Amino acid sequence: MGSDAITSLPVSSYKLSRRMPQPGLEIGGRIVEVQDRTRESFQRLASAELPALYWLARRLVRDGAEDLVQEALLRAYRSYGTLRQDTAAGPWLKSILVNVFRDQLRRQARSPAELPVDQVEDFSLYQTLIEQDPLPYSDTLHHDYLRAFANEDVREVLLRLPELYRAPLVLRYMDGFATKEIARLLDVPLGTVLARLHRGRKRFEQELWAYAQETGLLLRGTVQ
Amino acid sequence: MTESQGVIPCSEAVRQLWDYLDQAVSPQDQAKVEQHLSFCRSCCGELEFANQLRGFLASQSAGELPEHVKARLERFLTDL
Repeated sequence: MGSDAITSLPVSSYKLSRRMPQPGLEIGGRIVEVQDRTRESFQRLASAELPALYWLARRLVRDGAEDLVQEALLRAYRSYGTLRQDTAAGPWLKSILVNVFRDQLRRQARSPAELPVDQVEDFSLYQTLIEQDPLPYSDTLHHDYLRAFANEDVREVLLRLPELYRAPLVLRYMDGFATKEIARLLDVPLGTVLARLHRGRKRFEQELWAYAQETGLLLRGTVQ
Repeated sequence: MTESQGVIPCSEAVRQLWDYLDQAVSPQDQAKVEQHLSFCRSCCGELEFANQLRGFLASQSAGELPEHVKARLERFLTDL
């Protein structure tokens, strides 16, 4: 199957070769450190990473998280021979998933505009909470405010951000990627990643406030 | 607080807080942020909250897969 086919056929139509290349290092005519690169070993490694892949995908896209994971698994299986250490399987699979996500964005040909700096710079959730005091009986206002957000609320807040800002934020602060790695994965300069992280953080704070106001989050009685 | 007093203003300190926590600022900028924090209670609060927000994001852990999703993805792997 040609490498271009993966973007043009439905995921379910793929059947891949069950024989994978076996990587190894040749030293003095001897092959050392040969990893198990069978279909079964891929299934075993990938299976253990499914929750992390799925939740990463759910933070990156509103719909189609499962499709994103499946396409990433296919792409990973096709290049399984390039994985040098089994212990790196998690970050490797996540990187491939981000690549699939990036390619999807490019196919959609959407390029959301960068936010004007002053539109996000002026907001401080820390100060807003002090000024508005939405939890007047709390001795730990900022902590309790954040505690009101369940995982699904946080996802909804993240999904309000343009992908431009959401992806770096998720990759840096939820999945622990280094900024240089994010620049490589998203194929943008490091300075761009740093600027988008800054604006993404401010926008995230804005949306944390707006979401709670609009949904009546603090009235649900989740804060003790 | 103004730059004329030889330190960075609050706006500049706040702008750098996350990078400061990430240890992604130059030694010179780190010193400027720390100098500002040494006397600015408001920015210390901003710093503490930025740290809470970082922890908040990191704590959104993966969790378990919903059973139906797990079944479909496992079947997908089996069918490879």
